[in-house]
Amino acid sequence: MKLLRMRPGFGEQLIAEGDVEIAADEQALIEAFRDQLAQGMWAAVPTTRSDGRREAELVREFGEIPRDTPRVIFFPRAAGGAA
Amino acid sequence: MVVALSATAIVVLALLWEISMPWIDRRLEVRRAKRELRRAGDRGAAYDPGRERRAEQRARELLRSCVNEEEWAMYRDLGFLRVWGNQSDPDGARDLRGVDYAYLIYAHKPIVAYLPQTGRLLNEYCVEFPDETRPYGSPRLPDSDDVLAKWMALQGDERRLILEANLHLPGRQIDPRQVQRDIWRLGRWERERIARALRAGEEQLAEPADG
Repeated sequence: MKLLRMRPGFGEQLIAEGDVEIAADEQALIEAFRDQLAQGMWAAVPTTRSDGRREAELVREFGEIPRDTPRVIFFPRAAGGAA
Repeated sequence: MVVALSATAIVVLALLWEISMPWIDRRLEVRRAKRELRRAGDRGAAYDPGRERRAEQRARELLRSCVNEEEWAMYRDLGFLRVWGNQSDPDGARDLRGVDYAYLIYAHKPIVAYLPQTGRLLNEYCVEFPDETRPYGSPRLPDSDDVLAKWMALQGDERRLILEANLHLPGRQIDPRQVQRDIWRLGRWERERIARALRAGEEQLAEPADG
């Protein structure tokens, strides 16, 4: 699983990568996940439905991420703009 | 004798100190100025066309890998995405009960909600995804990342995104004539796409089967 973060001037950046079936990797991923959320990021998991349609889920806890998902994308939380 | 030599040494050291002080001051000043310049340089590097282009290229690839093929083609050809709304539940208590509605997603512009059947514009939802770490001085994501963030947020939790956004009537930031034109372009684009798919299907059927 890869944790990616959108960054101004970069595109996406790799935050962490590991195998969730390996305890040490999973722990590192959990910590990186929590760290991103603590920084105010939203986390999205791109998904593909059984009919092939692509969607995304927003997740708030590491446990909500499907174990077999290849990537989680972090992006800054939404804020009302140009009021 | 020793006292005299010591006194002379002290005087020499004092003179050297006096002479070197301005030089040391100048050196420190230069270093300070260089440090300031470097800092200003970091801020000044907020816009580097090459870096921004590379970032946008990466963002486009990420967007392409996340959205549906049709949506990617829409963004590539038209410069915006359409996402269907999910809150038109026939049994729902909202105004949009049973009515299909959709959003147009533009990069770094408000999300526009409209009724595809009539083309009527409903609202503008002004929303941003500012990254306050500002790695290059600007909190703005690359265009395609901004579009993908909106797409994922609408897909993942439409209500949450809409609640975070500033709601305005159509025309606040985007000219309604431009949106109407985009809706028209989208309709034409979809008709052409369907026609192409039909032609391709017919040609496939017309091809003689091999062996």
